[in-house]
Amino acid sequence: MMNSRKRKIGWGFVIFFTPVFLWLALLFVLPHLELLRLSFLGTDYYGKSGVTLENYAAFFKEPAYWMTCARTAVYSIIVTLIILMIALPMAFYITKVVGLRVRGLLTLMIVVPFWVSVLIRVYGWMIILRESGIINRVLIGLGIWKTPLEMLYNDASLMVGLVHTNLLFMLVPIIGVMDSLDNSLIEAGSNLGAGKLMIWWKIIIPHCMTGIMSGSIIVFMLVTGSYITPALMGGKNSQWFTQQIYNQFIIAFNWNQGAAFGFLLLAISSLIVWVALRITGQKLGEVVK
Amino acid sequence: MPIDLSVRDVSKRFGSFTAVDHVSFEVETGKFFSILGPSGCGKTTLLRMIAGFYDFSSGSIAIRGQDMAGVEANKRPVKLVFQHLALFPMMDVKENIAFGLRRRGERGVAVRRKVDDILDRVGLPGFGDKKINQLSGGQMQRVAIARCLVLEPVVLLLDEPLGALDLKLREHMKVELKKLQTEVGTTFVYITHDQSEAMVMSDYVAVMNRGHFEQLDTPQNLYSNPATSFVAQFVGENNKIAGKLDRDGSGHFFITLEGGMRLLVAKPATLQAGESVEVFVRPEAMSINPGPTPEGMNKVTVVVKAVLFDGGNSRLLCVIEGSSKELLVRLPQAVPYEVKAHDRICVVWDPARAVCFRSAGVKTYDEL
Repeated sequence: MMNSRKRKIGWGFVIFFTPVFLWLALLFVLPHLELLRLSFLGTDYYGKSGVTLENYAAFFKEPAYWMTCARTAVYSIIVTLIILMIALPMAFYITKVVGLRVRGLLTLMIVVPFWVSVLIRVYGWMIILRESGIINRVLIGLGIWKTPLEMLYNDASLMVGLVHTNLLFMLVPIIGVMDSLDNSLIEAGSNLGAGKLMIWWKIIIPHCMTGIMSGSIIVFMLVTGSYITPALMGGKNSQWFTQQIYNQFIIAFNWNQGAAFGFLLLAISSLIVWVALRITGQKLGEVVK
Repeated sequence: MPIDLSVRDVSKRFGSFTAVDHVSFEVETGKFFSILGPSGCGKTTLLRMIAGFYDFSSGSIAIRGQDMAGVEANKRPVKLVFQHLALFPMMDVKENIAFGLRRRGERGVAVRRKVDDILDRVGLPGFGDKKINQLSGGQMQRVAIARCLVLEPVVLLLDEPLGALDLKLREHMKVELKKLQTEVGTTFVYITHDQSEAMVMSDYVAVMNRGHFEQLDTPQNLYSNPATSFVAQFVGENNKIAGKLDRDGSGHFFITLEGGMRLLVAKPATLQAGESVEVFVRPEAMSINPGPTPEGMNKVTVVVKAVLFDGGNSRLLCVIEGSSKELLVRLPQAVPYEVKAHDRICVVWDPARAVCFRSAGVKTYDEL
C-alpha cells in the first residue's frame, strides 16, 4: 500500500519534471556548455586549432569591442533608470489614485501593446519618428518646420525604443508590491510632517524595493540582450554589443569569438546586477520571489 | 482654559451622502475628548478632516486659534495614531520615533535623547533597536503613541487604536492611556465605537450618530441624563420599553404594555399624551423583591428566563409576566441572591429614574 503510494508520487514527479528538465538541459545548459567550450577554442596563424584565451583577450585588445560593451552596459543602466522613473509614478497612480474600474482599464492599456511583437512596435516608432514620418509631416504641414528632421538612428531614438519596449516588465512587479503598501503608512508619513518627496524616499521606495529590484534585473537583462531595437532604431554610432556578437557568428563566422563575447556580456551584466543588489541591500532570493 | 481645537459647523459630503453634518465642538487644552458612535457614523471622517486628509465641504477647523483651511496635512500641529497604527515596517523603533523629528530638521544627539526620553515615558526603555515585527500588540501601540508624542503636538488624535487588541490588553491599555494623557497633559481626541473606552478615559464625550452629535457631555451626564433616545440606547445598558403615552384621572402619565399592565412615566415637558414614546430603565435602577413599595413606584412581576452571570456585572434576563417584554435586571452585589431560572420575582423602580423620549425609531446594532 505504502509502496504503491510512494511510486505514484514518484511517477507524477517524473512526468512533470521531465519537460522542465529537458527544456533546461537541451535548450539552456547543453548549448551554453558547448558555447563555453567553443569560446576557449581557436585557430592559430598556421591553421592549427587548440585551446586558447585569445578570444577573450581580443575583447580587451580591440577598443571597438570593449567600448561597445561598456556603452551597452552604461546605456542599459540609463534605460533601466529611465524606465524605473516612469514606472514608479505610473504604478502609484494605478494602485493608489484611481478606482478599481479605471485601474483595470489602465492595466489593460499597458498590457495590450505587448501582445504585438517587438518588431511591430519598433516599426511603429519608426513610422512616427522617421524623416517622412508622422511628426515631420504634421510639423511641416503646420509650417513649424521647413525641412524634415531625421529623428531616427541616434542615441535618443534608441532609448525611446528601448524604454517603450521594456516598460511592462518593470511595471508589473512594481504594481505588485505597491499594491501591498498600506495607504495609512503614506498618511502616517504625511501626518508626521514628511513632504511628498520624503514619503517617496523613506516609505514608498523602501517598501517597493523587492519589486523595483526584480523589475530592474529583468529590464536590465532584456535591454543588454536586445537586438532588434538597437539594430533598427539606433544609428551607426550607437551600436549595441549584441550586434558585435551577431557579427561574429553570422558575418565573420567566428563562432569561437562570438561565444566568448556572449559569455563576456553575461559576466558583465551579472556583475552589474550583483553590484546593484549589494548597493540596495537586497537578496536575490527575495527579489525573484 | 484656552481652546486647543475648535470645530465650527463642519460638514462633509461624498456625492449625495452627508458623512458629517454641521458638527461643532471645542476642546480645551489638556482634556481627553472622545467621539463615540457606531461604525459609519462619520467619526473617522471627522478625524481625518482635522488631520487634513480630507477637505471639508463647509465650516471651519481651528487649532489653537489658527485656522486650518488650506494647511497641508504635513504642516498641521496634530498627530494621529492610526487604527492599525501604521508603524513603518522598514524602520526600527527608534527610526520610527525619530521620523517626525528628522522631518523637522532635527539631527544628532538631540534626536537620540528625545527618542530615549519618550521611550522611557511610554514604558519601553531600551526598545529603540527592536524591529517593528518583534513587538507585541501593546508595545506597538505604545511606539505609535510615542512616535506622535515626541513631536509635542497640540492635539493628539487617536482613531480606535485599541480596536485590534484582545480584551485583557484593551482593558489594561485604557488605564495606561488615561494615565499617560494626565502625565503629558496633551489634548487627546479619541474616537471609538466602544462606549466603555470612551466613558473610562474621557473628560468629555460626544455621541455621534448619522453625521451629527446627539449629545456632548461628561461621561457621568451621558449615562444618567441621556439627551436623546439614541444616546440612551448606545451608552451603557438600558431596557427599552415602547408604548403610547397616556394620562390617568389624577394627572399621572403612564404607558400600557400588552396584557394591560400600566407603567408610570415621569413625563418630560415636551411630550403630550397620545404620543408614542420609548422609556428607558437602567438594569441597576431596578430593585428585586424590596418588600413594601411606596405609592408612585412601578412594580412589575417578572419571570426569570436566565441568570447572566458576569461577576460584578451579573444580570437577570426576565420577562414581564403576561407579556413578551424582556427586562435586564442587575443582580445586587451587596447580598448574595439565590435566583434561578423560572423563578417569579417582583421588580420595582422609581419612574423618576427612567427617561422617556418620543419614539425615534433608531436602532443600535445590538438590537434585533
